[in-house]
Amino acid sequence: MTTLAQLDRGQSAQVVQIARGGELAQRLLEMGVTPGVAIRFVGAAPLGDPLEFELRGYRLCMRRTEAEQIEIQLS
Amino acid sequence: MSSTVSLSTLRIALVGNPNTGKSTLFNALAGINQRVGNYPGVTVEKKVGRFKNVEQTFEIIDLPGTYSLAPRSPDEMVAVDVLLGRGSGMSPPDIVLSIIDAANLQRNLYLVSQVLSCGLPTVIALNMVDVAAERGIEMDVATLSERLGVPVIPIQANRGQGLDELKTALIKAATQSTPPDHDPFPPVFRQHADQLANELNRDRAESLPRYLVGRLILDNNGYLEHQLLPSETPGQREQLAAIRQSLAAKGLPVPAVEAISRYEWVAKILDGIVHIPDERHLTVSDGIDHVLTNKVWGTLVLLAVMALLFSSIFVLAEPAMNVVDDGVGWLGDSVSSLLPEGALRSLIVDGIIGGVGAVVIFLPQILILFAFIAVLEDCGYMARAAYLMDRLMAGVGLSGRSFIPLLSSFACAVPGIMATRVIENRRDRLATILIAPLMSCSARLPVYVILIGAFVPAHTYFGGIVGLRGLTLLAMYLVGIIVAVVVAWLLKKTLLRGETPPFVLELPSYKLPSLRTVFFRMKERGWDFLQRAGTVIFAVTIVVWALAYYPRNEAQVAEMVAAERSELESQATATQPGTPDYDRAQQSLAEFDQRENLDHLAASLHQQQSFLGRAGQFIEPAVRPLGWDWRIGCAAIASFPAREVVMGVLGVIYNLGSDLDVGSEGDQSRLQERLQAARWDDTGERVYNLPVALSLMVFFALCAQCAATLAVIRRETNSWRWPVFTFTYMTMLAYVGALATYQITSRLWL
Ligand SMILES: Nc1nc2c(ncn2[C@@H]2O[C@H](COP(=O)(O)OP(=O)(O)OP(=O)(O)O)[C@@H](O)[C@H]2O)c(=O)[nH]1
Repeated sequence: MTTLAQLDRGQSAQVVQIARGGELAQRLLEMGVTPGVAIRFVGAAPLGDPLEFELRGYRLCMRRTEAEQIEIQLS
Repeated sequence: MSSTVSLSTLRIALVGNPNTGKSTLFNALAGINQRVGNYPGVTVEKKVGRFKNVEQTFEIIDLPGTYSLAPRSPDEMVAVDVLLGRGSGMSPPDIVLSIIDAANLQRNLYLVSQVLSCGLPTVIALNMVDVAAERGIEMDVATLSERLGVPVIPIQANRGQGLDELKTALIKAATQSTPPDHDPFPPVFRQHADQLANELNRDRAESLPRYLVGRLILDNNGYLEHQLLPSETPGQREQLAAIRQSLAAKGLPVPAVEAISRYEWVAKILDGIVHIPDERHLTVSDGIDHVLTNKVWGTLVLLAVMALLFSSIFVLAEPAMNVVDDGVGWLGDSVSSLLPEGALRSLIVDGIIGGVGAVVIFLPQILILFAFIAVLEDCGYMARAAYLMDRLMAGVGLSGRSFIPLLSSFACAVPGIMATRVIENRRDRLATILIAPLMSCSARLPVYVILIGAFVPAHTYFGGIVGLRGLTLLAMYLVGIIVAVVVAWLLKKTLLRGETPPFVLELPSYKLPSLRTVFFRMKERGWDFLQRAGTVIFAVTIVVWALAYYPRNEAQVAEMVAAERSELESQATATQPGTPDYDRAQQSLAEFDQRENLDHLAASLHQQQSFLGRAGQFIEPAVRPLGWDWRIGCAAIASFPAREVVMGVLGVIYNLGSDLDVGSEGDQSRLQERLQAARWDDTGERVYNLPVALSLMVFFALCAQCAATLAVIRRETNSWRWPVFTFTYMTMLAYVGALATYQITSRLWL
């Protein structure tokens, strides 16, 4: 499975699904991380975590462990 | 019905995502006509404002900024309850005013979709049209409004543009529009929801709003079920589970089905009417972000911001605090000169004026810190700071959100604790609040400085670069930090245990902060503190004053003064005139007789006789293992309202009078001399040595001797439980810490 955490800086992909349920999934879904949405990896924080992404015209950050729960398809 | 609405006050609920300019719009509409309160039982602020348009008056209620109306906790339930008019004596608002960010339509319309599902007349304020235009985003507002079925009014909240049109639209919406009937879910879902609604409402006096029925199916974390379905009715929860299963089998898993359906609806609404330039031209905000989240520059800027935040408190707040201090002192002196000596004067001067001073003294720090935080929040940096520091804070089980509140606590825990409101997760917020008082605040500094100056030798190492005194001071800060790390870790493992909350955070685009918003935020926080924490601090100060004043036995003190004088006299008569001993004795007598010294002695004796002094003597056995005599114990108790008081109390005890200024160097060194000279009553040995000084410093580094902090914890957690917990755990830690320090260092030292 390819996950969001594996993207290179500046690379884009399409979200396939969120692997883990619970609060994280609900939060991500509300923020627009839905199946099919295009998402771009902007960069990581200086300490290597969290990661910054762009989707739906805005910037979103999440921890690496959280990005690992998001399955993607390279576009 | 509709005609009566236009005559009475129109009730409006303001809903929107964070960072859409919601507060700006609220302030632009209501101006200073606003009140801040609390919803019962939760820590969410309730802001209500009023405004007018020709003859129509409006009441606007500002709901907490949120990305979604999916309640998972009591705090999140508030917005839903207000919109649906739930709760006794409540009715739904006449109109929902939904503010959206024109530059970020997709995600904002997700919330709009939920708002429309509530079925209330709705008006949309399309904010930040300037930002959208700057990014080259074009949109057809008329078609957008048509497709949504509700009015969409372009505005620019920070410039007050479009507000008149907005008010007109609100009045019109209240009188004519039919409420929206919005349901973007697939038919299968609707069938299930209809069926469930029928069943649930069959034996209910008041039927459950349709929106909540949908939520019952969608929100599977258990909170809503627990709230809405009485556990004694069998089968309902099983039925919910069955519905979810059947939906999942049809490829509509909960909760994803909601996001998928609503975002699909959003895509249809926006289809063909919004033009976003393909070529991502780098906006100014992108450029800034690039620098501010860069490894090197980002870190440097963060450090600079921290330094600025920090020094602003010391540099700007300190003079203001001195002014407050001097003002209080002047007022006290003036009143003193008007009133005869006695209990009334002391109550007014030391109790009431002192109590008001103890409250007001915090204002400069709170106002400055909140101005700073408001600027950081407003320009979008706050979220970046959380992003940059998250890794570090995650180490102790917290998140980047806790960073600024904890940093602020190094200046003063009061604004630091008030700043924890940005932390969404309740457990993280509580953990941050509970460890914030462990950060060495500016009030501890004078305690450290005086004790270090008097008892730590000025050794230097490495050619004078590193000094023992500086190291000791650093160690005191580190003690607090290390203990805080351990306590946070323990709390998150025990009392505040739970699933790690997601750190999924929007990084808003950068904006120029608006002075108006900053001003409003400062005013709000300052007022909030005065009203809610002020009363507690004031009351505590009065109580401690009474304990230090009563019981008052003038005759006994006069007797004791006379006894000391006669002892000096008998020593003097025992000497031969002309000898140096004689001169010395005469000089002691003359000094003793000076008015000021007599007063200081009397003050010290009164304090010994007071309840407080007796308490100090009473607890002496308990503090002896820390290396303290009863005087120190007494000072520790007396400094409960504010730890900086401890040096002043010691000043009184050592006959320096009550107007000692621990900020001035002259008074500092006088106090240091007295401390160095102090002796045990029984053995005559020196009380203070390095181990005692260290034990006292460690005690003050860890103790919760600050009524303001405890009052603010009570205010922010809405319960007395947490301040009591904080005081207990910190006092225990302080005692054990001081005990260990004394027992270990005194063995090494001697
Ligand atoms: N350019 C521009 N800036 C705006 C507009 N409206 C508000 N702002 C700015 O946007 C920033 C955020 O505004 P707030 O009112 O604090 O946003 P909010 O939605 O209340 O955000 P939270 O306080 O996080 O809930 C501030 O710097 C405002 O000055 C607008 O129409 N155009």
